[in-house]
Amino acid sequence: MRDVIIGLFFILPGLAFAQHEFDAHDAVAGGQRFMNTCASCHGPDGNQVPGIDLGHGKFLHATTDAEVVQIILNGISGAGMPANKMTELQAYTIVAYLHYLAESASKNTATGDPARGKTVFEGKGGCLRCHRVMGQGSRLGPDLSEIGSVRRSVDLEKSIMDPDAEVAPSNRFVRVVTKAGVTVTGRLLNHDTFGVELIDAQENLRSFEKSDLREFTFLEHSPMPSFRGKLTDTELSDVVTYLTTLKGAN
Amino acid sequence: MGITTMRLTRLRTSALLFVLLAGSLPAQVTYERLLHAAEEPQNWLIYSGTYLSQRYSTLAQITPANVKNLELQWMFQARSLEKFEATPLVVNGIMYTVQAPNDVVALDAATGRVFWMYRYTPSSDARPCCGRVNRGLAILGDTLFMGTIDAHLLAIDAKSGQVLWNVQPAGATAASGYAYAHAPLVIKDKVIMGVAGGEYGIRGFIAAFDAKTGKEVWRFNTVPHPGEPGNETWGGNSWQQGGASVWVTGSYDSDTNQTYWGIGNPGPDWNGDPRPGDNLYSCSVVALDADTGKLKWHYQFSPHNEYDYDSVQIPVLVEMEWQGRPRKLMIWANRNGFYYVIDRATGQFLMGKPFVQVNWANGFDEKGRPMPVPGKAPSKEGTLIMPGNQGGTNYYSPSYSPRTGLFYIPTWENTSSLYVKAEQEFTEGEQFGGGGPRGPVGPIGGRGTPYFGEESEGFGAVRALDAKTGEKKWDFKMPQVTEAGILTTASDVLFSGSRDGYVFALDARSGELLWRQTVGGPVQSTPITYTVGGRQYVSINAGNTTLVYALRQSQ
Repeated sequence: MRDVIIGLFFILPGLAFAQHEFDAHDAVAGGQRFMNTCASCHGPDGNQVPGIDLGHGKFLHATTDAEVVQIILNGISGAGMPANKMTELQAYTIVAYLHYLAESASKNTATGDPARGKTVFEGKGGCLRCHRVMGQGSRLGPDLSEIGSVRRSVDLEKSIMDPDAEVAPSNRFVRVVTKAGVTVTGRLLNHDTFGVELIDAQENLRSFEKSDLREFTFLEHSPMPSFRGKLTDTELSDVVTYLTTLKGAN
Repeated sequence: MGITTMRLTRLRTSALLFVLLAGSLPAQVTYERLLHAAEEPQNWLIYSGTYLSQRYSTLAQITPANVKNLELQWMFQARSLEKFEATPLVVNGIMYTVQAPNDVVALDAATGRVFWMYRYTPSSDARPCCGRVNRGLAILGDTLFMGTIDAHLLAIDAKSGQVLWNVQPAGATAASGYAYAHAPLVIKDKVIMGVAGGEYGIRGFIAAFDAKTGKEVWRFNTVPHPGEPGNETWGGNSWQQGGASVWVTGSYDSDTNQTYWGIGNPGPDWNGDPRPGDNLYSCSVVALDADTGKLKWHYQFSPHNEYDYDSVQIPVLVEMEWQGRPRKLMIWANRNGFYYVIDRATGQFLMGKPFVQVNWANGFDEKGRPMPVPGKAPSKEGTLIMPGNQGGTNYYSPSYSPRTGLFYIPTWENTSSLYVKAEQEFTEGEQFGGGGPRGPVGPIGGRGTPYFGEESEGFGAVRALDAKTGEKKWDFKMPQVTEAGILTTASDVLFSGSRDGYVFALDARSGELLWRQTVGGPVQSTPITYTVGGRQYVSINAGNTTLVYALRQSQ
């Protein structure tokens, strides 16, 4: 919690309840309440439940702060989200904390030139060979159209220099070898007790029965190359800055 | 033989059969029938099949050889998006089940046609921590019994669906976090229930109610009050928020008249500092006199637990040879990762052995108390514990087959959690965790969401242990962890399902896959089997639907 207190120096944007403006102290209190009430299911970063990422403002059932508050108070029938006994004001402090998480998650300290970065990204970097941005590029790798909303510049830089350092589960690559000896590598889309689904380098959606496979292996190394030594410091800064500007179509 | 003669013969045979059945099988479900439920495998009269809770059926029409010919007979689609955790009852061709949270449905067990549905609206105060769920019903006579998520116990006429009585035990309000989640257990003329709400700092108890009136007959405090033995295991006034809830049905041994119940976590869950002591009877099994509720013995699996290791598993009662002589035992795969063998008459600890990866205890002393590994308490920075917060198993029903001698456990293997403790003041009705588990928490997924986990991050399995030794015999692995219970039959067929949307049958001896079907929703209850008109059916819930299978009939 100490880190949160240090980090909460900003004004929480647009968050007010009745006559109460929420500040850093409210967010700290909300963080404490979040940890005791919410984190056991949602995780400390709010991203433990599949499809939900509270720390990045990604909700399935709410679009406004008021709706989030109502969900905290009343739960969601059928979704496993229980109602909670607390005041509306207390629920708003949790929302204040979630705002803090979202702000810190996309914190941008990059100071490069985004236009030059775009040029490197699409040209020298060759990033569109695997990645897709606003409908351009390959679907094989992660779509980066909203990457600026969910990753900090420091994390983006780390991924470019050391792609193996942290790979999100949804970006894992696998290799399957069929009993007939056919090898296919691609990004894992899903797997279950009996099947494997992936997208291959030709952007084909492929489905395999596990019983038909001789091998099903998670790739130890990301297929993304490291750009360490391949980009100048300026180019790297420009690319990172460009990526932080990618906030989705809306 | 002419057609008329054949018809007459059939009629006479049917009439004779009817007389025989009517003579041998009372229309009502008497206690005697419950006591001997194993002798009428055409029905499923008790949550876990019989009082022994083995979830083993003597039906054998469906075999390893023909199980591939199973086909869907009917479905019941619940008008509810809550988890469908109920185990149905089947009585003389009628299936009774619960549509979450607390609607009771009577169906024709051969066709799925609905006779009646009783709809219950819980109080808006009901805030069960982990889903507005119900795990099933009990029956006695013509009366069904159901606990509700706002801590009411209802008696319902099995023929009409009319409520006969509705009681709420004293001091157990939904506003304070009390709830009922499990199927009641009827013993003799009493209905036995335990309260849920361990995440809200309730004071847990098990109570028996008169089946005719709903009047409370006895109560056993799972958190002993001042003056009761065990209260001294709660430092200061911590007993007042002790938790120790009950949310899975117990078992019963008529020879000793003892009923056995698994007890949940102490409160606050993840910070033991405010509650110094062993915190009896949290994380224990208690043996109670079924007539009086008096404690006969207890065994605490996880003293002073800080990992949320509820001992809310089904007490499975078996008779098997132990050290050269037949013995009445209790076998138990606990959320804490250990498999136990206990003398069920005395509570004597006989064996404890990890059945999944465990790092919080090194073994047991001579009395069966676990020896904790130093430095494993939850901390502000986080302490990595195996198994993770959901344990090596949880409330999902295991099965024991006396034919194979194997104990089949819905298993979460290789999972861990980072346990973080936090200060928390108790406020009645609010969650009272004192911290919580953090990642890595093992694979979380299911419910139709894509899954990307690797086996090294944890996986689910139907795990078969030799019940005598605890030695693993085989695994049927699933990438995702499992929430499905297990059923075995006298033809050595095992039925279960997966979180990723399959139901399947395995060879109970080898674990070999015999049959599977994609059902598109997580299996979060336990299969049952029964017969109607001599035909064996298997029922299992997946997603929000009850699916009923039988062998394809020749045309």
